[in-house]
Amino acid sequence: MTSSESTASRSYPEGRVRSAVTGLTLIVLAPLVIAGAINLHHFQRVYRSKVENELRGMIERHSLIVDSFIDDRLSDVRVIAREHPLDRLSDPLFLRRVLSLLREEYHGAFVDLGLVNAEGIQIAYAGPFNLEMADYSSAAWFEEAMASESTVSDVFAGLRGSPHFIITTQRLIGGELYLLKATIDFEAFNALVENIRIGHTGFAFIISRDGEFQTNPHFEVALNRSPYIDVLEGETRLDRITVIDGEDLLGRKSIFTFAPLKQGRWLLCYQQELADATEEVRQMSRLAIATLLVVSIGALAISLVMSKKLAVRLAAADHERTVMTHQVIETGRLASIGELAAGIAHEINNPVAIMVQEAGWIDDLLQDPNPASEENLAEIERAVGQIRTQGDRCKDITYKLLSFARKTDPSVRQVVLNDIVEEVIGLTSQKTRYANVHIATELETGLAPIQASPTEIQQVLLNLVNNAIDAIERPGGTVTVTTRSEGDAVVLEVQDTGKGIPEANLARIFDPFFTTKPVGQGTGLGLSICYGIVEKAAGSISVESEIEQGTTFTVSFPRHNPPGSCSTDPSGERENP
Amino acid sequence: MIEPSILVVDDEVQFVETLVKRLVKRGVKASSAFSGQEALDALAASGATRTDVVVLDVKMPGMDGLETLAAIKEKHPLIEVIMLTGHATVESAIEGMKRGAFDYLMKPCDFDILMAKLNQAAVKKREHEAKILEARATLISLRRGD
Repeated sequence: MTSSESTASRSYPEGRVRSAVTGLTLIVLAPLVIAGAINLHHFQRVYRSKVENELRGMIERHSLIVDSFIDDRLSDVRVIAREHPLDRLSDPLFLRRVLSLLREEYHGAFVDLGLVNAEGIQIAYAGPFNLEMADYSSAAWFEEAMASESTVSDVFAGLRGSPHFIITTQRLIGGELYLLKATIDFEAFNALVENIRIGHTGFAFIISRDGEFQTNPHFEVALNRSPYIDVLEGETRLDRITVIDGEDLLGRKSIFTFAPLKQGRWLLCYQQELADATEEVRQMSRLAIATLLVVSIGALAISLVMSKKLAVRLAAADHERTVMTHQVIETGRLASIGELAAGIAHEINNPVAIMVQEAGWIDDLLQDPNPASEENLAEIERAVGQIRTQGDRCKDITYKLLSFARKTDPSVRQVVLNDIVEEVIGLTSQKTRYANVHIATELETGLAPIQASPTEIQQVLLNLVNNAIDAIERPGGTVTVTTRSEGDAVVLEVQDTGKGIPEANLARIFDPFFTTKPVGQGTGLGLSICYGIVEKAAGSISVESEIEQGTTFTVSFPRHNPPGSCSTDPSGERENP
Repeated sequence: MIEPSILVVDDEVQFVETLVKRLVKRGVKASSAFSGQEALDALAASGATRTDVVVLDVKMPGMDGLETLAAIKEKHPLIEVIMLTGHATVESAIEGMKRGAFDYLMKPCDFDILMAKLNQAAVKKREHEAKILEARATLISLRRGD
């Protein structure tokens, strides 16, 4: 085997095994990936709804807190307005005492208190600013406050120039309508909402239905963009709590939550980036994907290593099989030689026996009283000549045997069938002589060569001829070896006039170990080896037999067209058109 | 020492001729045949009494050693046969012994051993003949009522 052949035979199964194992691994991994993806998607949905529910709960809670904050402050003011007579309410000292009580109680939520008459003049005031006798008759809140028993205004800067909102309640004293007015500190109120922070990006703020910020948003918000614009313009119908998906100013997917406040006049808005809200899911997804990746890479790596090992093992098995096949052929060949050996031993013994006799004869003659007589010398000369002749005969026989007994050479070469026929027939001549078999040859001259191993073809022919001779029983018969061209094929035919093969055995004769010879005389390998060799040479072998008439084995090889310029084209691959 | 009369049968002409020469030189009456059939013809022509021992090669074209042995034993039961075998045909020689051959020798054989066996075989044959003659004499005398 050449080195190129050996590498080819080794790498071939490795590549094949590797792709097979890798494919198998991918097939195994695919459901894992699909199942993982489905699970993850499902989990994401479930988690999303959980996040939404939490948001709803939180926003609802806070809207209640904000509403109750405003309601409580309103009722505080209403209680004060109801409980005290006008002279007290119009007394700045009294108002100051009440204000300090309220500030103590509510940590400075109340900024100031004032009593405003129906003309909009603040007749009494307690607070940090000097707003006594201030005229509110043209203020935005005044008209509304006069129209309704109690009101809460939007946040505005007003006369003092800092953001605040006003709570008013009416008090009818002696036919005159007075308004008790309290200012709520924006900072205190703002803190209520601004402290609603979740994650890194979640923040809350309040807007009025007119699109005015009532508290400061933590991050920049554009109310003229969706979804705020849709909500403000009433295009989005609002429930108690409304959750909307959208994009923030930077185009990131976000969750927007709205809850109406103050009977729907304000809106508590909450905005958070979706990625932030579902951070846990994202972490879990990353973990799942990472796990899957690690598992996949591990599985692939293991499969590659395994496939490599498997390939090595397969290659070894392949190699073993090749060796085995080779050994079987070799065994078969030795068996053929064994069959020949009987004939050849006899053939060698005969000349040896003659030589021994001649030597003995010379001895006898030398014992004569007169060994140098002319007659004796002539006889000794003849005997010596005879010894030489018989020695040559021995040499011929051993050469013939050696030509066959040399190691099988499976290398494919250009083979001329006729030469091999002559060789094999020379080898079997002794056997045929004792079996009274005549071997006839009909060899086509100028037969095209074939591509095969010469020793293997020799063995095919030897097996067939040996079988043919064995098939012929006493008193003898004829074996005819024919070669001829048939189209693109070169045909070799071995025909005997022997006993024939029974129909029942005909189908099995090419099976290994099938033999009809007595135990110890046939291996049952001969024809199966022939079959293997012929197949290897891209040929075909067939048999026809008739009981008591004889058997014909026909072997057909593809004709090998020798390259036109054999000497200048050493590759010999190109074929003549 | 009796003088045995020998027939050597082998298809190797040269072997037979030299062997016969050596036998003759030792005062043995030896003749040759180159096939089984030729041997049978020679025996038929000369008569059993003239040949004591046949040296017979086992492997011959045409009629082989065993067939020839059978034919000889059938027609001339008294003649002793020594089989000559090549190495691979020892089994045929054993088969021959079972069918009545006197002994066998492996080729190439030592001439002195061959001579010894020829003598033994010849002695045996002669003794047989003597006993038969004796028996015949007894039979004749019985008939005559002596």
